[in-house]
Amino acid sequence: MATRHVLVAILSLWLASAHAQEPIRIGSFLAATGGAAFLGDPEQKTLEMYVEKLNAAGGVLGRKLVLVAYDSAGDAEKARTFAKRLIEQDKVDLIVGGSTTGETMAAVPLVEQAGVPFISLAGAVVIVEPVKKWVFKTPHTDRMACEKIFLDMRARGATRVALISGAGGFDKSMRAECLKVSKNHGIEIVADETYGAADTDMTAQLTKIRQNTQVQAILNAGFGQGPAIVTRNYRQIGISVPLYQSHGVASKEYIKLAGDAAEGVRLPAAALLVAEKLADGDPQKTVVALYTREYTGRFKSDVSTFGGHAYDGLMLAVEAIRKAGSTDKAKVRDALESLKGYVGTGGIVNLSPSDHMGLDLSAFRMLEIRKGDWTLVK
Amino acid sequence: MSAPFLQFLLAGLTIGAIYALVALGFSIIYNASQVINFAQGEFVMIGGMATVSLAGAGWPLPAAIAGAVLLAAAIGLALEKLAVDTARKAPVVTLIIITIGASILLRGAAAILWDKNVHALAAFSGDAPLNIGGATIVPQSLWVVGTALAIVVVLSLFFGRTLLGKALLATSHNRVAAQLVGINVRHVLLASFGISAALGAIAGALVAPITFTSWDIGVMLGLKGFAAAILGGMGSGPGAVLGGLVLGIAEAMGAGYVSSAYKDAIAFVGILAVLFFLPGGLLGRRSADRV
Repeated sequence: MATRHVLVAILSLWLASAHAQEPIRIGSFLAATGGAAFLGDPEQKTLEMYVEKLNAAGGVLGRKLVLVAYDSAGDAEKARTFAKRLIEQDKVDLIVGGSTTGETMAAVPLVEQAGVPFISLAGAVVIVEPVKKWVFKTPHTDRMACEKIFLDMRARGATRVALISGAGGFDKSMRAECLKVSKNHGIEIVADETYGAADTDMTAQLTKIRQNTQVQAILNAGFGQGPAIVTRNYRQIGISVPLYQSHGVASKEYIKLAGDAAEGVRLPAAALLVAEKLADGDPQKTVVALYTREYTGRFKSDVSTFGGHAYDGLMLAVEAIRKAGSTDKAKVRDALESLKGYVGTGGIVNLSPSDHMGLDLSAFRMLEIRKGDWTLVK
Repeated sequence: MSAPFLQFLLAGLTIGAIYALVALGFSIIYNASQVINFAQGEFVMIGGMATVSLAGAGWPLPAAIAGAVLLAAAIGLALEKLAVDTARKAPVVTLIIITIGASILLRGAAAILWDKNVHALAAFSGDAPLNIGGATIVPQSLWVVGTALAIVVVLSLFFGRTLLGKALLATSHNRVAAQLVGINVRHVLLASFGISAALGAIAGALVAPITFTSWDIGVMLGLKGFAAAILGGMGSGPGAVLGGLVLGIAEAMGAGYVSSAYKDAIAFVGILAVLFFLPGGLLGRRSADRV
């Protein structure tokens, strides 16, 4: 045992001297524990696994990658502290992290001031709008989800929509975005109901919606168990207009909770969720199938879009470093901004000086729940 | 009655019965010890989560519920024995703070032992809604309402007819006097925690098909149950049920006729108004201090 350790030590010394190069330092702060752990946990696992894989394949530019990750527990104040530490003490070359919008926005002033490329894994539009020089993000936004849903509603001839949303941050943000973009898509919001985070019965709100004869479709902007209860109550009181859910519940969990009531419900989701259902010619098929296989193979748990965001963030960073040919922060940033046609789990990314997310509506697939499983709406 | 009104009423009854079941647990421990047990919501969580995991392990539903109730009762007894009893000389406020600590511990343990996902339990008698005059209710709601009523009856028999029940009642009236007539107050306290925990667990299993269950559901249900207990009169069994139903119906009517955004505010303003005129709650003890 001891001799093996010595051997490894000597070998690594030799390797280090042979390369005589600093590793590339990738910083991260993620909500690995706490209330947003369902985001941070798969993100952290994904980053760790792919840093390992990239190193096994020889690293990037012949240099090894080192991941410096902190657990911000979903706390914006901690995120700010860790971002500061990453920049000043760990001297990272770039940052891939920020599970929630709050954490991301807390770190934005720091990275802008220090000039460190920062790829955020959080959802809200404010991260990239207005464009911030050093800040990028991988996930699609709730505004895109609203637009995708409205397009589908229009295609089915529904223009007068009832909105029902929860009290959480995700719910409120999506509700606001949907209200904002509804006009552009010729959609009229004729009812706007809400429910509390702890609510266990939404039949009162839904009864009100049912009474409103104008309503042609219902959109539930929600997250967590609320939408599953809405779905059950929607079925219980026998509403006939179609129900749309958001990408916030695009997981098998939702189908399991809502049970038979979920039959016929539509929602937008990333391609990653329906990896095995994508057509063979689909440009994203290869990448989502690979990520799904590797993630489930290693961690024995289902993939989530959140882990996919981390995968995209890391791969975009690697692409940019390769393209820049160095880890010079300004060069990496410029390379990042000019990346085109990167095919990731979240969609096809075309970054530009005016768009630091680079996704369009094709990143979302409209799904319908049939017999307890997703089907792609053609 | 118009169909929407009836629907709001049924929604209120469903939610209210859930609050009532949680509120009952608060009342029993309060009676025995003047302690408001803030871990009551966690017993509800344990009942739901344990039932889901036992049922998931292939146990038949009644056995799973029984197992969950026994587990919760054991945890309740352990909580009293290990934490509350060792601090029995401390003032009531300290004991209340201990229960808050216990609730955090139990929540954390549940998140680790089980997981952080939300789980659904299959409804006891199907999901097909029952139609009543144009409004609908799911059968599980009837289970909840029925059990809440049955528990009130059983509890009133327990307090009125059994020695332990009478001892509990005596302790709630006057601890020192109860001790003087030979009641082992410590045993009574222990029993009250066991019974409350079991009650909470029954509630947890019953509501799991409607509200779903997760490691942190105790916070939400505990808070509303507490509000219901205060509204009905802390320490009163029928009061807890009445408080729960009034709170639930106020919420549903508020959401239906005023605004769903303010329904909690409407309910809580209502509670404040009631407590302003009836500080002891709707059915609370009218205590008179001897001057």
